[in-house]
Amino acid sequence: MSVTDRPGLTGGADPAERAGWAEHPPRMGFFTDTSVCIGCKACEVACKEWNAVPEDGLTLTGMSFDNTIGLSASTWRHVAFIEQQAPESAPGRDRDAGGDAGGDAGGAEDGLRWLMSSDVCKHCSEAGCLDVCPTGALMRTEFGTVVVQDDVCNGCGYCVPACPFGVIGRREDDGGAHKCTLCYDRLGVGMEPACAKACPTDSIQFGPLDELRERAQARVSDLQEAGRTDARLYLEGPDDGIGGAGAFFLLLDEPEVYGLPPDPVVSTRSLPRMWKHAGLAAAGVGAMVLTAFLGSRTDVR
Amino acid sequence: MAEAHPVGFQWVMEAKARGATVIHVDPRFSRTSAMADRHVPIRAGSDIAFLGGIINHVLREEKYFRDYVLAYTNASTILSEDFVDTEDLDGVFSGLDREHRTYDFDAWRYQAGDVGAAAGYRDRRGNRAGNGRRRKVREAARGEAHGSGGAASHPAPDTDETLRHPRCVFQVLKRHFSRYTPELVEQICGISPENFRAVCDAVTSNSGRDRTTALVYSVGWTQHSVGVQYIRTGAILQTLLGNMGRPGGGILALRGHASIQGSTDIPTLFDLLPGYLPMPHAGGNEDLDAYVDAESMDNGFWASMPSYLVSLLKAWWGPAATPENDFCYGYLPRLTGSHGTYETVLAQLAGECSGYFLFGENPAVGSANGRMQRMGMAKLDWLVVRDFSLIESATWWKDGPEIETGEMSTEDIGTEVFFLPAAAHTEKSGSFTNTQRMLQWHHGAVGPAGDARSDLWFIYHLGRKIRERLAGETGKGAGTGTGAGAGTGAGTGTGAGTDAGTDADEMNGPVLDLTWDYPLRGPLQEPDAEAVLAEVNGWDGDGKPVASFTQLKADGSTAAGCWIYCGVYAGGVNQAARRKPGSQQNWVANEWGWAWPANRRVLYNRASADPEGKPWSERKALVWWDAGQGKWAGHDIADFVADRPPSYRPPDGATGVAAISGTDAFIMQADGKAWLFAPAGCVDGPLPAHYEPQDSPVQNLLYPKQEHNPVREVLRHPGTRYQPSGDEPGSGVFPYVATTYRLTEHHTAGGMSRWLPYLSELQPGFFCEVSPELAAERGLEHMGWATIVSARSAIEARVMVTRRMPSLTVQGKRLHQIGLPYHWGPNGISAGDSANDLAHLALDPNVHIQEVKALAVDIQPGRRPRGPALLALVRSYHERAGITDETGTEV
Repeated sequence: MSVTDRPGLTGGADPAERAGWAEHPPRMGFFTDTSVCIGCKACEVACKEWNAVPEDGLTLTGMSFDNTIGLSASTWRHVAFIEQQAPESAPGRDRDAGGDAGGDAGGAEDGLRWLMSSDVCKHCSEAGCLDVCPTGALMRTEFGTVVVQDDVCNGCGYCVPACPFGVIGRREDDGGAHKCTLCYDRLGVGMEPACAKACPTDSIQFGPLDELRERAQARVSDLQEAGRTDARLYLEGPDDGIGGAGAFFLLLDEPEVYGLPPDPVVSTRSLPRMWKHAGLAAAGVGAMVLTAFLGSRTDVR
Repeated sequence: MAEAHPVGFQWVMEAKARGATVIHVDPRFSRTSAMADRHVPIRAGSDIAFLGGIINHVLREEKYFRDYVLAYTNASTILSEDFVDTEDLDGVFSGLDREHRTYDFDAWRYQAGDVGAAAGYRDRRGNRAGNGRRRKVREAARGEAHGSGGAASHPAPDTDETLRHPRCVFQVLKRHFSRYTPELVEQICGISPENFRAVCDAVTSNSGRDRTTALVYSVGWTQHSVGVQYIRTGAILQTLLGNMGRPGGGILALRGHASIQGSTDIPTLFDLLPGYLPMPHAGGNEDLDAYVDAESMDNGFWASMPSYLVSLLKAWWGPAATPENDFCYGYLPRLTGSHGTYETVLAQLAGECSGYFLFGENPAVGSANGRMQRMGMAKLDWLVVRDFSLIESATWWKDGPEIETGEMSTEDIGTEVFFLPAAAHTEKSGSFTNTQRMLQWHHGAVGPAGDARSDLWFIYHLGRKIRERLAGETGKGAGTGTGAGAGTGAGTGTGAGTDAGTDADEMNGPVLDLTWDYPLRGPLQEPDAEAVLAEVNGWDGDGKPVASFTQLKADGSTAAGCWIYCGVYAGGVNQAARRKPGSQQNWVANEWGWAWPANRRVLYNRASADPEGKPWSERKALVWWDAGQGKWAGHDIADFVADRPPSYRPPDGATGVAAISGTDAFIMQADGKAWLFAPAGCVDGPLPAHYEPQDSPVQNLLYPKQEHNPVREVLRHPGTRYQPSGDEPGSGVFPYVATTYRLTEHHTAGGMSRWLPYLSELQPGFFCEVSPELAAERGLEHMGWATIVSARSAIEARVMVTRRMPSLTVQGKRLHQIGLPYHWGPNGISAGDSANDLAHLALDPNVHIQEVKALAVDIQPGRRPRGPALLALVRSYHERAGITDETGTEV
């Protein structure tokens, strides 16, 4: 069954509305254009400074320049670095030179390419963490973002395996679950999130989600036209297993290359079907029991 | 640039978005390369060969901008017969005095006679080598200083406008670079002919009337024993292509520090006074007249040097500076040689330097030859360190590497170390001057915490206290033996050169007569930084802020702390604090901040218009002559005499500003021209030539008999042993080229990053970058340990095996390079060995800068030995390589 056959819990309605916000601003989100990311990690630092997120590990990993490793309770922006062989469709290194195309283009390192990408919580339209949270600590804000209320969270950890991306985690010191808030406090006063503010190249763009989607589509077209057939959008549309994301990306290779799942599906996606099946099964069992019960009442005649 | 200037790099990305081509030339593939259209991996230390190759291409293929070259450069100037090129002297220029390791510039002069340099070394009263005083002056080099004498009037050198005379600069240039072929570039630099050709084509097709190309460089070009000549090569190329003074063109120096430009404008360099006036020299600049005679020029804006200097003296000594006492010119310190930072370290080691102030500087990690830095400090009487945290330069005496090796013991170190906490840039007001010469004012946001204080507070109150003490000594008279040592004024008696009978008044006058009266604000009594800015800007005879340096006078009626900054406080308004948004201005945006001189944003922008004053093209219009208004107009403020028409020709005997013709685009030059050939100014040659770095595993292919820069500065000390190079026996002991650099996540010597958890966790440890080929050759494992060894020391680092540090083929052999980010020391949250412990003290002779961008080293798997065994390891390398105290020191 394809994902489009599964309308999901909510049928694609606006997340904030579904959550009960009668009046709300337009849905806000991130478009991260990794083609202009210079790997400076200003986003990581700005996020930690604004949100007082603790330092979480002084480990030289050897994973290129990525010593952050991944998103977690204490890392809400994570810049990935991938050293790889540039595909044919990579930037025209010799487009102005009139030299051999695709040959000894980059010199001694023979077509080396270094991808950089700032990962973040996707603020899914259909958020697994939100769905499974038993206390209601995780909530949908009026901006359509997903936020943990620290004073409600009891640290049960159900949200952790529910996220298809491995974004949310629990901190050892306070036991609670933490993740990117899309700087809810800054949004509330009309400011952009700290990471978007700090990003020098506008790789991280913040704004109304439909505006970002338009901009992203235009950007991908421009790149494709310029010969960058490797450029593609990830999690931009509403038809994927999470109903589209509030934070989507322009990538230059397959998602797996960046450590991202190619086809994320929210774990609660099949819940309606499962309940239906369970309901049918229960009804079936109930029918059998009834039949058996009625059938055995020989002394009623 | 993306590594060291990520925020500035957004403009490169913006240019890319508008269709610009970005080419990145660097030994390593960095975050800049990831965004570039083309990365050109180059052997560290071979850029002159690379740029020279492009120059040769431009000259041979006739891709130079001929009209520009003829109008605005000295291409047509004919050189004297005395000039002999390196091509005819096995790699040296005429005039080399091998014994004194200097050049006599007379051997490079124009046929028509001497002409002074606008920048760099000059002393127009005589350049003959062999004169002891001249040699000392030359050693000081004062490479950064402006001005000099020369011809009595506007020089009219002999020229050949057809550019065919065999001794005209154009032909000399052609011949000088004729062997810098693509094949030579491949051999010396390890760059493929295809890559090289692509760069030549990109640069030439994007230069000329309608298009311009910019060269952007940083310390990868300057930190070499031929660093200044690297810049010269870039300048020659850009001048031939007509890219100087034009929008989107030029040569842009990226700095390692937010206000390094400011640190030379209002200088922290020993050889400069504010505004690039030269520091006077003992024996030669005896009085004001002698100074002016030696240092100023007859034409152009440097002719007004007396006005600039006298105004400076009035700013510093106020009413005490009178015509009768040469405006206190005698109070200025005098140079007796080179007092650069490395010479100072030698003086410390020799016991000649008693005290040291370190303001936000960590030489134990950030300067070349960390061991000598630390051992030098151990010979001081006192050391003052002002910083945010206990940096290595403050704690070497208890936990530095030399304590571990046993070379020093804490109990035996007599240095008294004072550590004073410093305020951060957010906690104080002041200006930064960036590489565009633009001053931007920063307003302190909060006060400093605890005892932390700003540098301004410290210097001001230290001066106040010293003056209070000295004032009590006035009138003590002769014979009291209060010879004051350097900087203390408290009679510690180490003063050099004071007679027993020196009068205290004469001794203390320079300090007591200073104007030291800035308003103090708030509970901390912080001096008002804007008041300092106002003094830097200066006042005219009526006490009003000057609007332009042209208002300055030599009669003592004006005062200005830095003539090139005149105008920053025009009208009593802090122009550096202007923040008019770009959206409300044209693309030049003159009303954001304030740039010197006179708020011009593109230097020498007269060259953006042709000799008639019309832009070379509409597309690249910047300034132009408006005949109707009788002045220069444009998007930028013209870097020219505002009302001087292009047709103006100076009358015979004209001097000063009147001697600037309407086509002298390069107004600060004595002949108004950009110098393809520099007859004066650079102490190591009128033209750049490829030489190998001080320590190099490669023989100089271009000049096999001249391996190194013949007049490089080679400091001598057991702590800075040099290595055999090229084909010398023992050179193979250090077969790899190492280069130091920065990472985005840390800042220089780590004082501003290794104590911060958020930055330290991004790059938590010191690592070296090596190619898979080198890793295989030496048995290095990714994330394993390696020991890197030079003749100075050995360090350890984790290994990052990566294709981003490519190995090259140089002169037929595989040449491996090792990348060493230099941020680490033993202190802080993120600790590690210091890459600069490997560095030597052979310096560029013009500016005394260290050569840390191209070293020769060995690398072995495993951790380094500790304690005395470390010294034994280094000694074993000396033995294997046959290193003596003479190795590598030859001319």
